[in-house]
Amino acid sequence: MPANPQPATVVLAPPSRDNRDPWYVRWALIGLTLGIVGLLIVVPLASVFVQATAKGLYVYWDNLVANADTRHAVFLTMVVAPVAVAMNVVFGVAAAWAIARFRFRGRGLLITLIDLPFSVSPVVAGLVFVLIFGLQTPLGLWLRDHGYQVIFAPPALVLATAFVTFPFVARELIPVLEAVGPDEELAARSLGASGWQLFWWITVPNIKWGLLYGVILCNARAMGEFGAVYVVSGRIEGQTDTMPLRVQKLWEGSNNPAAFALASVLTMLALVTLVLKVLIEPKVRSEQEAGKTAETE
Amino acid sequence: MWARLLLGLLAIYLLAASVWVVASGFARNEQLLNVACDPTRELWHDVNAAFVAHYERETGVKLLIRQSHGGSGSQARSVIDGLPADIISLALWTDTDAVRKAGLLDPDWETRYPNRSLPYTSTIVFVVRKGNPKNIRDWSDLTREDVEVVTPSPKTSGNGKWSFLSMWGSVIWRGGTETEARDFVTKAYQRVPVLDAAARGATMTFAQKGIGDVHLTWENEAHLEVKEAEGKLEIVYPAISVLAEPHIAVVDANVRRKNTAAVADAYMKFLYTPEAQELIAKNFHRPTDPAVFAKHLDLFPKMDLREATSLVPTGKWDDIQKMFFAEGQVFDQIQAAGQKKK
Repeated sequence: MPANPQPATVVLAPPSRDNRDPWYVRWALIGLTLGIVGLLIVVPLASVFVQATAKGLYVYWDNLVANADTRHAVFLTMVVAPVAVAMNVVFGVAAAWAIARFRFRGRGLLITLIDLPFSVSPVVAGLVFVLIFGLQTPLGLWLRDHGYQVIFAPPALVLATAFVTFPFVARELIPVLEAVGPDEELAARSLGASGWQLFWWITVPNIKWGLLYGVILCNARAMGEFGAVYVVSGRIEGQTDTMPLRVQKLWEGSNNPAAFALASVLTMLALVTLVLKVLIEPKVRSEQEAGKTAETE
Repeated sequence: MWARLLLGLLAIYLLAASVWVVASGFARNEQLLNVACDPTRELWHDVNAAFVAHYERETGVKLLIRQSHGGSGSQARSVIDGLPADIISLALWTDTDAVRKAGLLDPDWETRYPNRSLPYTSTIVFVVRKGNPKNIRDWSDLTREDVEVVTPSPKTSGNGKWSFLSMWGSVIWRGGTETEARDFVTKAYQRVPVLDAAARGATMTFAQKGIGDVHLTWENEAHLEVKEAEGKLEIVYPAISVLAEPHIAVVDANVRRKNTAAVADAYMKFLYTPEAQELIAKNFHRPTDPAVFAKHLDLFPKMDLREATSLVPTGKWDDIQKMFFAEGQVFDQIQAAGQKKK
């Protein structure tokens, strides 16, 4: 055994200039990163706002509120996205609970299925709903004969949006629930708590930040969803156009200032989402940490 | 306390939104839906507003007319899948007829209204840079070495199909043979730097990115494009071109189910009135009412417009589709031939 292990560290000189990467590599990498971020993110973002307000703030505001179809698009997004998110909260909590708490046959398959919407192209997701509710199927014909329109109407917009955003809530909750572990719930159970009491008083407080985080991500994606919604919407102005569809329509109609005005609203929603996300991220982490330390104790 | 109030409000909001979504699925019959192809958005805005006023004067009923726009083929597909259209106004006969084949139009859709169900026609013209620096006057200029042509793909775009048929026809209608036509079209597509998928993409390529010397497009789209470019572009009218026929039809199965047959019929008839024909002319579509057309000769320079159906021996659109655009047929062949020469 060496008498003193200290010398080894003494021999090591503090990192000299020679040991660092040469200046040109560092500057090239930093410059490249900044350049790419600037080119791909900052410039387009800024240009949305510049283009939107190019003809003055009054025109900008007018572009947003004067047109009935644009107002309807904003309204529709404000309805469709929350309903889709609410559906996913119910499904997501149930699925995450089932996966985190129980070991059953097909559990692995369920986890894979929850992730499916991430890997399926949104256009395909939309086409699936057209195939289910379209007139080529008995279900579509039955619905038509009973005067109910699913496809090319808001119900399909909600379904398509919910499908595409399905993984967000469940994916966020599974690790939280697994980290928290079943101990507190078992304790509550043994003290005579009913199922609802257990859920509202034990589980929800434990997962609330993770749930909120999932909801925020889910909502951001739901508001911005284009592909699946485009396919199932039928593109009826003032009826099934959500905000992203309306942006595209205004753009195609060469009404660039109006298209950018609406796009800027979507962008601002995204920025709000980003801020909320950054704000609650530490809470989500501490929730998971709390679960882990509770487990090791 | 506040959290609980907030949660309560959120719950009420979600409940109201859900109820609204579910309720929105029930069919509303008081409205008319016109499912149209892309380049007619401005036209239908004007015509619909005029018809609503006209109908209110006649009957006292205030209608709600909706419009949906998209690529002609995908619009036809949506109607077949259940988009509850009362009226369809698509770019190509084949698209309209696909809806008939699905059983949604009565077989006589083409003959029920005047002029083979065509309240207006259009054609393909050239858009060039201001002052026409490359001196592009006619179809034969498209194959010159110094000229680049912008047009969308005829596989995916109605505009692209009409442009293709115009190019082909420009040889045939002037007495050329099929071999000459094939040779000409092959050379012309070799002069296309980017083959966009849709009309709007091609317009962007030409007008905003500044690629190419000549853009083949709908006459009404050409006017919009030139107006938007604020003096940087101008229109050239070739002496001969295709007679584009965007048929308009009532979707019989839907109007019967929705009880909108009478309104849809009134709408179709309105399209042939001088009032609607004036709006059609104002939007740079060629009105089929000769009196209205005669009033607007300044907007529509004299061109020799030929029917596309004259390009196939049977005179049938199905055969145009089969001969030119089907998998492995003329367009695919000239694409392959063009690539080999490059």
